[in-house]
Amino acid sequence: MTVGLTLAAAEWGGEFEGSLDDINSLFSFPALFWEDVAGGALAVNRTILIAWFMTLVAMTILVLATRNPQVVPGKLQSLIEMLVDFVRGIAIDIIGPKGHRYVPILTTFFVFILFMNLAKLTPFLMLPPTSRIAFPLFLAGLTWLIYVGAGIKEQGFVHYFSELLFPPGVPKALYVILTPIELISNLILRPFTLMVRLFANMAAGHILVVITLVTIHVFLPSFPVGWTVGVIALIAAPLVFAFELVIIGLQAYIFIMLASVYIGSSVEPAH
Amino acid sequence: MENLGNALVFSLATLGPGIGLGMLISKAIESTARQPEAAGMIRTTMFIGIAVVEALALLGFVLAFAI
Repeated sequence: MTVGLTLAAAEWGGEFEGSLDDINSLFSFPALFWEDVAGGALAVNRTILIAWFMTLVAMTILVLATRNPQVVPGKLQSLIEMLVDFVRGIAIDIIGPKGHRYVPILTTFFVFILFMNLAKLTPFLMLPPTSRIAFPLFLAGLTWLIYVGAGIKEQGFVHYFSELLFPPGVPKALYVILTPIELISNLILRPFTLMVRLFANMAAGHILVVITLVTIHVFLPSFPVGWTVGVIALIAAPLVFAFELVIIGLQAYIFIMLASVYIGSSVEPAH
Repeated sequence: MENLGNALVFSLATLGPGIGLGMLISKAIESTARQPEAAGMIRTTMFIGIAVVEALALLGFVLAFAI
């Protein structure tokens, strides 16, 4: 098992020629097909194939669970119902009664991020698509559209932006300082940190897993010299995997929780 | 030498968030022990706080490779 994982990481996790001098080789892969369509902009590489595969797995599980719903749910159906209940609990807790409307999109975010992240520890894939900036960028951009749209819809365009940029109950002179800060923190920094949090956690986790597995791969066969290092890495590998498993779930949870905090601040303005 | 600079960027960026996370989580545990019935609310607020504090360290991680 471990040997298979090690070989998978060493062979599929990028090119290793003695040293890890270029970190990009862990993340960027050559295009496999459609290279000459639209100047390579639509090219499909390994990251996209992994994303398609994980989407297919998630779709299969969800369709199987909800295809023939029973009043007394089976094992798979009750698992998916627990998941929806979990997301609904977060949405209702944070947004309030109006949170029902946002449960479907939050569940979609949760399942998508969870399955994309799980590719990090899936044998023979071993690369989370969320460690490429495009995936978190798209998710954070979508969240931005949703919470700004929710604010405009619930409060009206002028009222939403005037509450956002000129919070009431502040002396007039302070608006000179406060308005730029509010503008940057609410409309730029929020989606930016949402994006960077997911991206950096996944990229750092991928580097950690690859370094652990490559250490085993390189040091364990050389018996007298580096053998102890290999054994230590072999003992550390399950701990690293468990830690990454926690991070995978936690990042999906934190993403939807912050998304619902932002939606909640648009739906019910702070007074 | 360049690698040392990158490592310094990340290691210095972890100092503040490390202290912050320690204070935040210890206070959350303390208040959960004092008032166990408020545990759910405290946990939610704690995760939001962690997410905000953690952002600084993550920015350091990204900048370490960007510089």
